[in-house]
Amino acid sequence: MSDPSNPSRRGALKCMAFGGAGTLFTLSGGLLTPMSLAQAATQAPSGIPLFLQISDSHIGFNKEANPDVAGTLKETIALVNAMKTKPALTLHTGDITHLSRAAEFDTALGLMQELRGGELHTVPGEHDVTDGMGTEYFARFGKASDNRGYYSFDHQGVHFIGLVNVMNFKPNGLGSFGDEQLAWLKADLAARSSSTPIVVFAHMPMWSIYESWGWGTGDAEEALSYLRRFGSVTVLNGHIHQIVQKVEGNITFHTARSTAYPQPLAGEGDGPGPLTVPAGKLRNMLGITDIRLVRHHLALTDNTLA
Amino acid sequence: MSRFKHLLAYPVAMMLLIVSASASDAETIIIKKFMFNPMDVTVPAGTDVTWENQDGEPHTVVSLTNDFRSQALDEKDKFSHRFDKPGTYKYICSIHPKMVGIITVVAK
Repeated sequence: MSDPSNPSRRGALKCMAFGGAGTLFTLSGGLLTPMSLAQAATQAPSGIPLFLQISDSHIGFNKEANPDVAGTLKETIALVNAMKTKPALTLHTGDITHLSRAAEFDTALGLMQELRGGELHTVPGEHDVTDGMGTEYFARFGKASDNRGYYSFDHQGVHFIGLVNVMNFKPNGLGSFGDEQLAWLKADLAARSSSTPIVVFAHMPMWSIYESWGWGTGDAEEALSYLRRFGSVTVLNGHIHQIVQKVEGNITFHTARSTAYPQPLAGEGDGPGPLTVPAGKLRNMLGITDIRLVRHHLALTDNTLA
Repeated sequence: MSRFKHLLAYPVAMMLLIVSASASDAETIIIKKFMFNPMDVTVPAGTDVTWENQDGEPHTVVSLTNDFRSQALDEKDKFSHRFDKPGTYKYICSIHPKMVGIITVVAK
């Protein structure tokens, strides 16, 4: 990894081993150029701080895996507030709450008001809409999307699209967007130039990571077919409480860590529930993703609480 | 002829008695390890079915035909629904749709 502008497969594999410590990714013409965080630290972070991704704060969870999820969300907020350059936007990719309860949403909102991370944008996770309608979620976060949940906006020349793939699950199904949302997405992208950098954020992974645990979105392929002509597409998801990445053509997929608790690796154990790790290790498995605009590319950095 | 009718009615009445006696009018389904256990249950009409979540992860009980819907059930939380009408009721956990179950309700 001597020259980050000249990535090699070996370098990329070497960097994947840094996963726990954090890795900086520069998106260059659809290709990820990885650098370790240690390397990034010696090179002053360049580029425009574009936005942060926070995910899976699960306010209301109180079990062994993390009895104080409000505390770790506070630590996350402190981490952001201590950053030298503040991001203009924060995206929360869902599972803000654990049980969709009004009091949980109120606690989460109260904490996130302390976040100096610019404008807050959200998409719901399945834990936020367990009543089927998402009444409490939409009462607080519905305005931006006219209560549809999915919407788009522009910032610094980047087109942001928030999508909802956690409602109306079918038996044995994966996440889904549904025809209405897909038609909206197609129309939203139709008029845009292929050179516009696109950031898509949704709760559940938009590629099949592990179908038996529902880690995927059944009709994501249709959405991706509208996105393939763009030169730079970054797909940010949560849901699985760990970092998994994939690059396919010009599309970079990345899932974020949770601020609450880790989950097992795909297929390990009974199901996709909370993973209890030794207390000293928890904060290495929680964190946020920082995305900067470097020249015309997006650079992703994962930061842990410890 | 009327005697014959009476003979036919007798075993039917006995069967009804047996069904209502064997049904405690209550059935419990345990939710554990991301499964409904038992997954497939047959109950007589009028039975109260109770689901109890024993996972550390929340689950829901959501009818695919909008007949019943629990809130998110945290560990040890319970949800009950009385099944009065015979029929087949399929349901899932709306958080983990791989979790499916069926309640078959038979006439008493």
